[in-house]
Amino acid sequence: MSDVYIVGVDMIKFGRFPDRTVPDLAAEAALMALDDACLGLKDMQALFSGNLGQASGMVGQRMLAEIGQTGIPVTNVANACATGATAFRDGWMSIKAGVYDLVLAVGVEQMGKGLLGGGGGVSTEGLIGSGTMPAMFAQIGMEHTRRYGTTFAQFAKVSVKNHHHSTMNPKSMYQVETPLEQVMGSEMIAYPNTKLMCSVNVDGSAAAVLASEAAVRRLGLMDRAVKIRASVMSSNPFEERQMAMPDFSGATRLAAGWAYEQAGVGPGDIDLVELHDCFATAELVHYENLGLCADGEAGRLIDEGVTTLGGRTPVNVSGGLLSKGHPLGATGIANIYEVATHLRGAAGARQVEGARLGLTHVVGGGPGMGTACAIHILEKA
Amino acid sequence: MASETPVPAPPLTPFIRTTADGAHYLAGCRCTACGEIFVGERRVCAACCARGGLEAVRLADTGRVYAFTIVERSFPGVKTPFVDVTVDLDDGAHIKGTLEGVEPSLEGVRFDMPVRLAWREATPVNTPGKAYLTYLFLPA
Repeated sequence: MSDVYIVGVDMIKFGRFPDRTVPDLAAEAALMALDDACLGLKDMQALFSGNLGQASGMVGQRMLAEIGQTGIPVTNVANACATGATAFRDGWMSIKAGVYDLVLAVGVEQMGKGLLGGGGGVSTEGLIGSGTMPAMFAQIGMEHTRRYGTTFAQFAKVSVKNHHHSTMNPKSMYQVETPLEQVMGSEMIAYPNTKLMCSVNVDGSAAAVLASEAAVRRLGLMDRAVKIRASVMSSNPFEERQMAMPDFSGATRLAAGWAYEQAGVGPGDIDLVELHDCFATAELVHYENLGLCADGEAGRLIDEGVTTLGGRTPVNVSGGLLSKGHPLGATGIANIYEVATHLRGAAGARQVEGARLGLTHVVGGGPGMGTACAIHILEKA
Repeated sequence: MASETPVPAPPLTPFIRTTADGAHYLAGCRCTACGEIFVGERRVCAACCARGGLEAVRLADTGRVYAFTIVERSFPGVKTPFVDVTVDLDDGAHIKGTLEGVEPSLEGVRFDMPVRLAWREATPVNTPGKAYLTYLFLPA
């Protein structure tokens, strides 16, 4: 089986674009990724398109209608917050299988403002607890507090860090410092998550061009190529409290184990991580799920600055979902863009010096729905 | 105009049951192969994949708070603050709920606090004028 490489990758600056359409946002990132690869749509043999809000709306075909209808097969995917990464991985699998040499993957989302969560039908909100995403991840944080004594301030420091990182990322929705007092003093949504500890609903898109090793060499693109050392997905293994408290840890731990095995590396070899900080509480839990520290040590990791730019394993140097923003279907490819940019040494002020191996993680789902997790390990080619 | 016979409020979730004498309970099931206990009924065990060996049980009406949060902001129209709890029932089932009868603050709730099931009719935020039968938790 051929190794698979990223030869073009890009994302639009995340923001709010209510006057644009989903296919239009997707098209912009797709053209940017093609330009980054010095290729055109006519070179692409297939398209994998990820979007959640218009999952039944043929977003991939509508995007091609804007940038060129070459007749290539289109696969539209929806998989909660792992949607973009799922599209990317479908592209990776198609090359691994030897079906294609060059494919395009795109992730896109246009979001409203406000709380996510709940479901259809008669609302149980407030009567049978809460189905909002912030409350769900608040309880996940409180479980960590119950086990290890993790404090409100430790969770809040995640937000301070990621907002700080975003000041160096021109593609982030926000680029403002948020000191600890400001994070802890902002509107409480569901303890311990304040408003500044919740990810930002934004519109966005990201895209990647994937190539087989033969295609990379034929096209002379190895100098800009990023090797995909691992591409894995998982769903939520059974967890006894899953219906009361959605579980994102089991799936992340499974996928992390498989990803390190596939890449033949361990967490200590990873130079930077973009993980799913949909809420500040989630980031600390995922330090342990991804093996960045032992169970119970996530609070110490954030206290000691290990995951801040300049620390041993910088996490979410893009600003993360907390500050860069979280356009659900785009996030999985935007994380890949961030890590690939560091591996290429092109991340500017936030560059992780000497980055050779990076990991991306997305995990999503909701009350009574289940979990989708995707992890990629990327290497400078 | 109005009926003289009060119509009982329908259950807010399918696993809320009422006996012939009007007592309410939470319906669950237990896997006879692995012992896992679930809220609601099912045909296949999600834990061990065993088929058909799930026996209906009436879930415990007491338990302890495993995790909680104080919800300060919710969907439009929902009254806040309220206490959102994950409860470990004494029979091993786990269920989400609202805890009342305490101050909705960090001082009012603690991990492993004993709680008991209670019942009420309440109106969901998106069905104005239409009440449903639901459960809640109170300090035990």
